[in-house]
Amino acid sequence: MISTIIIILGIIMIVAGIIAVHLKNLLAAIIVSGAISLLASIIYLILGSPDVAMTEASIGAGLTTIVFLFALNKARKEDKND
Amino acid sequence: MPLLGSIITLIGSIFLFLGALGIFRMPDVYNRMQAGTKATTLGTILFLLGISFGHAECGCLGKIVILILFVIFTNPVSSNALARAAHFAGIKLTKRSVKDDLGNDNLENKGGEK
Amino acid sequence: MDSLIYNIAAIIAVISIVLTFVRMILGPTVADRIVALDGMTIIAISLIVYIAYFSNRIIYLDVAIVYALMSFIGVIAVARYLERGI
Repeated sequence: MISTIIIILGIIMIVAGIIAVHLKNLLAAIIVSGAISLLASIIYLILGSPDVAMTEASIGAGLTTIVFLFALNKARKEDKND
Repeated sequence: MPLLGSIITLIGSIFLFLGALGIFRMPDVYNRMQAGTKATTLGTILFLLGISFGHAECGCLGKIVILILFVIFTNPVSSNALARAAHFAGIKLTKRSVKDDLGNDNLENKGGEK
Repeated sequence: MDSLIYNIAAIIAVISIVLTFVRMILGPTVADRIVALDGMTIIAISLIVYIAYFSNRIIYLDVAIVYALMSFIGVIAVARYLERGI
């Protein structure tokens, strides 16, 4: 039962990683990488390490998304000025 | 008591599945948002309540209540912000929709200012 | 009997995660993908609570609370970026 959940979530993670590399739109790639972080957090939790799962949830879902959005916004502004 | 909790959990998971099916099959961003917010909120509430009914001996109902209150407060707020942002970013409605009050209000306001 | 019904509920939740993920990889616009991520997060919170109760560790519930908070902040940040830029 639990191993079935791990296998399905792992397959979804691999597909999401391939798609996040191949997407042209950068904002969509940021969102798909947030989904990868969510699934990695669930797999860490099933494997029995809640502290790593909590760190992955807070940094991978919250901080990385906001830092990437900030960088994308700044790059777009620089492009408009040039 | 565990049987009652498991049946409530099954009903909640069916609501979660209906919400996911709505996200998968609806034709538009706004329709997807409507299906994915309401059905998913009710499904989550029933799922968490069913699990905490089935395992009443562990004495951790407090965290479940905090989680349910958090879901009730934050899910409509994030959905409202997303719908507003999608409308102002210029994403079109589907062709079968018949009414767009937010767009009409904006047109009237711009006409009044001019 | 009841543990069988709990397992069926968890399998239905995993199938729902797969459906929202298909919408995330198909979605034509960015708003479709972020709506799918929002629904996926809510279903994942239910799955985390299920795992917490069935491995008999109540500390796992804290992960669900932290994940709900962080996902809310991320969705609000993406919505603000779509509307006018951060």
